[in-house]
Amino acid sequence: MNTATVSEDETHQEHSDHGLSDVGYIKVALILAILTGVEVATYFVDFGVVEIPSLLILMVVKFQIVVSYFMHLKFDSKVFSYLFVTGLILAVVVFAAMGTSLAFWQDPAGCDASAFC
Amino acid sequence: MAVTTTQPRRPPLADTAETQTSELAYGRTDWDDHHHLPTNTGLTNEKVTMWAFLGSDCLLFGALISTYLLCRNRVGPATKGPTAADLFDIPFTSVSSFVLLMSSLTMVLAVTSIQRAEMERCKLWLLTTAALGSIFIAGQVYEFTGFYREGLGFTTNISSSAFFTLTGFHGVHVSLGIVMLVTMWVLVTRGNLGPERAETIEIIGLYWHFVDIVWIVIFAVVYLIP
Amino acid sequence: MAMTEESPEILELESGEIAPTTGVFARPTHASGWRAWFFTVDHKKIGIMYGVVAMFWFFWGGIEALLIRLQLFTPDGSVLTADQYNQIFTMHGTTMVFLVIMPLAAAFANYMVPLQIGARDVAFPRMNALGLWLFIFGGIFLNLSWFLGGGPDGGWFAYAPNTGMTYSPGNGMDFYALGLQIVGIASLVGSINLIVTIVNMRAPGMTMLRMPVFTWMILVVQFLLLFALPVITVALVLLSFDRTFDANFFNVAMGADPLLWQHLFWIFGHPEVYILILPSFGIVSETLPVFSRKPLFGYSVIVISGAAIGFMGWGVWAHHMFVSGLGPVGVAAFSATTMFIAVPTGVKILNWIATMWGGNIKFTVPMMFSVSLVSMFTIGGLSGVMHAVAPADTQQTDTYFIVAHFHYVLFGGALMGLFAGMYYWWPKAFGYKLNEALGKWHFWLVLIGFNMTFGPMHILGLQGMARRHSNYGPEDGFDFWNAVVSIGAFVILMGMIIFAINIVRTWLGYKAGTVPQEGADPWDGRTLEWAIPSPAPEHNFDYVPVVTDLDDFWHKKYQTDETGKLRKVADGNDIAQKGDQHPHLPSASYWPIVLAAGLPLIALGLIYNLWLSGIGLLLMLGSMYGWSLEPATDPDAGHDGHGEHQDPDTTEPDGSDNDTAEEAPVG
Repeated sequence: MNTATVSEDETHQEHSDHGLSDVGYIKVALILAILTGVEVATYFVDFGVVEIPSLLILMVVKFQIVVSYFMHLKFDSKVFSYLFVTGLILAVVVFAAMGTSLAFWQDPAGCDASAFC
Repeated sequence: MAVTTTQPRRPPLADTAETQTSELAYGRTDWDDHHHLPTNTGLTNEKVTMWAFLGSDCLLFGALISTYLLCRNRVGPATKGPTAADLFDIPFTSVSSFVLLMSSLTMVLAVTSIQRAEMERCKLWLLTTAALGSIFIAGQVYEFTGFYREGLGFTTNISSSAFFTLTGFHGVHVSLGIVMLVTMWVLVTRGNLGPERAETIEIIGLYWHFVDIVWIVIFAVVYLIP
Repeated sequence: MAMTEESPEILELESGEIAPTTGVFARPTHASGWRAWFFTVDHKKIGIMYGVVAMFWFFWGGIEALLIRLQLFTPDGSVLTADQYNQIFTMHGTTMVFLVIMPLAAAFANYMVPLQIGARDVAFPRMNALGLWLFIFGGIFLNLSWFLGGGPDGGWFAYAPNTGMTYSPGNGMDFYALGLQIVGIASLVGSINLIVTIVNMRAPGMTMLRMPVFTWMILVVQFLLLFALPVITVALVLLSFDRTFDANFFNVAMGADPLLWQHLFWIFGHPEVYILILPSFGIVSETLPVFSRKPLFGYSVIVISGAAIGFMGWGVWAHHMFVSGLGPVGVAAFSATTMFIAVPTGVKILNWIATMWGGNIKFTVPMMFSVSLVSMFTIGGLSGVMHAVAPADTQQTDTYFIVAHFHYVLFGGALMGLFAGMYYWWPKAFGYKLNEALGKWHFWLVLIGFNMTFGPMHILGLQGMARRHSNYGPEDGFDFWNAVVSIGAFVILMGMIIFAINIVRTWLGYKAGTVPQEGADPWDGRTLEWAIPSPAPEHNFDYVPVVTDLDDFWHKKYQTDETGKLRKVADGNDIAQKGDQHPHLPSASYWPIVLAAGLPLIALGLIYNLWLSGIGLLLMLGSMYGWSLEPATDPDAGHDGHGEHQDPDTTEPDGSDNDTAEEAPVG
């Protein structure tokens, strides 16, 4: 069982070199909780013109924190980042373009047959 | 690139009943299949698979979320009933969002505990995560039945169809995650999943966190942003 | 001790060995017969099955095409009613795209990629089998519609709300939506498998930039599948929900925008067409150098162009929607991006021509098909660039000009490339070459017939003949060219009949000994698949190859001497591995086919009776559990099916072992 132990040690070593301790993860969770609190506060308090940008920024920050720390992406191989971020960016860009096209670029009055729409 | 990790080699087995037995015990848990074999990247096939799948799932939820955003305010001559946004109970949903968020923490703790070979701890955190996920689902069910009673069903109008489809897909993802977590709890309890297979829990954790980050987006753009 | 306990289902193999059970059933252990194929997890057998089934669907899709051409042979044709015509052209397109071209590419990818990268199998052999059976059951499910009320009739692109319950009340479109979901899952599962295989299981020394171009193109295609399939999944779900559960996604009275379908479909649909063509680009990037006896011109440029095409393909989808009411901003934007995407493809064409230029060209049949891809695809690409000019497209769209374009790129491009691959790799898979003389008849009849069929469509399109119409009037002036087109279709049929004859005759000849057995390297190839015997042994490589160069196998045969001249130092058949080792292989399994069977049951249940869906779901979930409890490799399985006790040092979980017990590299 020598070799098995060696490999266990290796993996053990790898994981303790990366990532946070349990206490660290709890701290991250607390930060997420606070950010969520601020998000929810927008329901009760009028943030005015910064409401939508704040919510979007908070959303992105929370997203990034969970991905980097809880999902370990910050400490792991770049290969995982490429795989995930490619899908993420593709989704954001493509659907932003689709949404913009459907919401803003079309003529809501319909298609005028005299010119292509 | 040349292979980077060493292959753990099992000692040669003599052709005896005892060794066949120990072979069988391992075989039943397919632990031998999860040696960390040499791969070009040094990463296991299973973990690369999960990250690739999650990248793909981004497109799925991107399509569903943008469909909802495009449908939520559309009206036509036959439109009736409230929109989903009319009926949101933000305080309630905030609580269930918080619950799901904290389940990510417990998931991470499950992973770290099995990495430290603390199997009982791992079981506890796995179960807690599954429980928190179940509370989230229960909250969804409560919320949706409430909507239904207030006149917002799946077929009521286009915004309701989109809302329930989006949240329904998310809920199914969560439910599948709960099934996987409970399965892992069972396997750990039966001794079929030991600390050498911590990566399995880690991989399920990745899926669970993904389901959480999708909800982070849904909570913001569907519920909170007016 | 477990061995002395009574285990409920210990089965004795014929050899007298005991097969212990793990999970639910004993593993299948058949070495021959239909069960050796149905339960296999061997990528080569799976590849062959993908190919065989795809060729069956090609025959069926061809019949559908011939029916179309019979209907349109004369004006006011009466071969098909309008309703039948809608079903036939819908299924022709759906069949050719999803049940022919994609699985043919999957056949080659499955068979060749592990060989080209020096691997024993793919990363997840059982998942590979799952993809195959999902494809097979999905294709059958889709075509059940013919017997159960009529085929889907909304076009392969299924525009909603036309395909909603109001205008397509039968079950046809439900078979379409659910059938495509099933084959979509097959492709998704396959894409993950191949990505992990290529990323993680290359032989030592094979860096990404030493991989063959075919493998590179397959990698790009798998990423396209990975990211595009979820989008059509959502589109089909929305359509199914509208049809089955009365949702309102495409209900215009509820305020729906029909363009939502079009966007979602084409966001998938455009990457899909690159999914269709890139494998063939990869194939000719292999054959052109071999039969020009010159290295591929600009390897890294071709690789980067392929990746660029995959990447840019995400930015052009709405060029399928220029007259849909997109708005001038959208039209202008997508017109520009579409013009840009011609660039990387043009680069590849030039590189292929430069590869052939000055080469010592051998016009074997695979070479002829490869050259025809270069020329026919160029024609199709040129008409494509014409479509990119949006004002011109306003006339071209929905006419036969478009039909001409996509058949030039899909038939003249993708299919010709796939035929090249068949002739090229046939000896590797089966141990003998297809007959060259019959092959040349096949080629010329197909090339001439193809140009007769689709060339005049350019003219018809510009004359204004609309597509998707079941007939045209005698006053339209389309008679002559339609007759030519229809005759051309039958010329293609003749070519395909010759191909079928070729396959059968050479197979019979090989068994009788009149067709010669080929060695490892019948074409003097460049890549690793030619370094093992033909047909490829079940375990692929005896020893893990160690790679030091691009086209490593070629460099082991040809080296430059002191004067700088290229000299042959070894014959491929001599330095190829012998195939005489017996390492452990991933074990066969029942679960993939059983799991796959659950999905069409779920689908049928959604159409007819939800209880059936429940049964399908149980079958699926049960199979998942059975699968996960079963080890990837049966601990007591033999080597190459010989039933010998395994050497645990060669254990290959999931078939992903790069280091076998023997360390000697090839050559």
